[in-house]
Amino acid sequence: MGPLYPQDLLNPEYNLLIGALIGVGFGFLLEASGFTNTRKLAGVFYGYDATVIKVFFTAALTALIGLFIMHNMGIIDITLTFYPKTFWIPTLIGGAIMGLGFVIGGFCPGTSLSAAATGKVDAMAFIGGVMLGIFGFIFTYESLWKSLRISGKMGKVDIAQWIGIKEGVFIFLFTIIAILSFVVFQKWQDSWKRKMDDSDIDDLGI
Amino acid sequence: MNTKKNKYMNSYVAGFLLGLLIIAAYYFSGEGLGSSGGYRDVAIGVINKVSPDYAQSNSFTSIHVANDHSPTHTWLIYELLGVIFGAILSAALYGRLKFVVGKAPHITNKKRLYLAIIGGVLWGIGTQLGRGCTSGLVLSGMAVNSLSGYIGLVAIFGFGFIFAYIFKSLWIKKIR
Repeated sequence: MGPLYPQDLLNPEYNLLIGALIGVGFGFLLEASGFTNTRKLAGVFYGYDATVIKVFFTAALTALIGLFIMHNMGIIDITLTFYPKTFWIPTLIGGAIMGLGFVIGGFCPGTSLSAAATGKVDAMAFIGGVMLGIFGFIFTYESLWKSLRISGKMGKVDIAQWIGIKEGVFIFLFTIIAILSFVVFQKWQDSWKRKMDDSDIDDLGI
Repeated sequence: MNTKKNKYMNSYVAGFLLGLLIIAAYYFSGEGLGSSGGYRDVAIGVINKVSPDYAQSNSFTSIHVANDHSPTHTWLIYELLGVIFGAILSAALYGRLKFVVGKAPHITNKKRLYLAIIGGVLWGIGTQLGRGCTSGLVLSGMAVNSLSGYIGLVAIFGFGFIFAYIFKSLWIKKIR
């Protein structure tokens, strides 16, 4: 039963090799679906490009439903995996900072790495910025960030249990929200496309 | 003009395959797909090389250097090396391997690069404070129904939409 590595069912070298192979797939899919094009990424916020919503929510749904079924069939024990603990205050504030960074910088860490690897100079600059930010964070951690980062501690919290509904019901509701968002963002993209120049449509590949 | 370099994989197919990769990461390694954690590992690796004493004294870095291996010998670093290779592979297949500054047409290259650096700095701080980025915190968090993943989703995209309204001129020339 999975997860394999945390239960010593996979040796460390193979674990890292699998990490690298999964990374190859991750990088390939980010590039192939257009996530190295900063205009396509920013398009999610203005509605002229629906790619981010479609890829992101489809991936989340697939993984969510797949892992839910596997967990209930006893194929994987989710509680033995990397399961993010919730610290709601720093995640909310950090998320707001990332949201600003997304709009200004036009990338997030994963997409910028794929983009820089394929020659996007703006992504290389972005990565330089990320490293500066992380070094700055580390050097000011004790005085500026430490107490905020450990505030709002809630432990490992499942959102369905937190709301007070069954996991299956939550997944069903999220599926409906995702499908509705696909429809809305597709219509939004279509309405933009009618008033866009050919060069813009060409650049976005929509 | 509709050339191969503007062709992208169907979004739903790409999303489905990405979802399978997340499942594989959890099944084999017990890990979610992540990015910012790998950047952090690189930063800590550099600090540990320059000053091991400082890396031990800082309570943020010390938990990552206490192990018997280098702070960069992590699953996330190998995953990110794979990301670099995979992205190059796809770009080569689609004919998109080229040095270029990605931006909206009305923004100058210089302005775009400055903005990219500023945006990157914000991500550097935000990810370390918020415990992950769009992949490790949000996508991988959502995959296991973690509350923090959904808080991250709402914060990044919710505030993103607000900031996008303020900074509209960076991406859209004018309303036609």
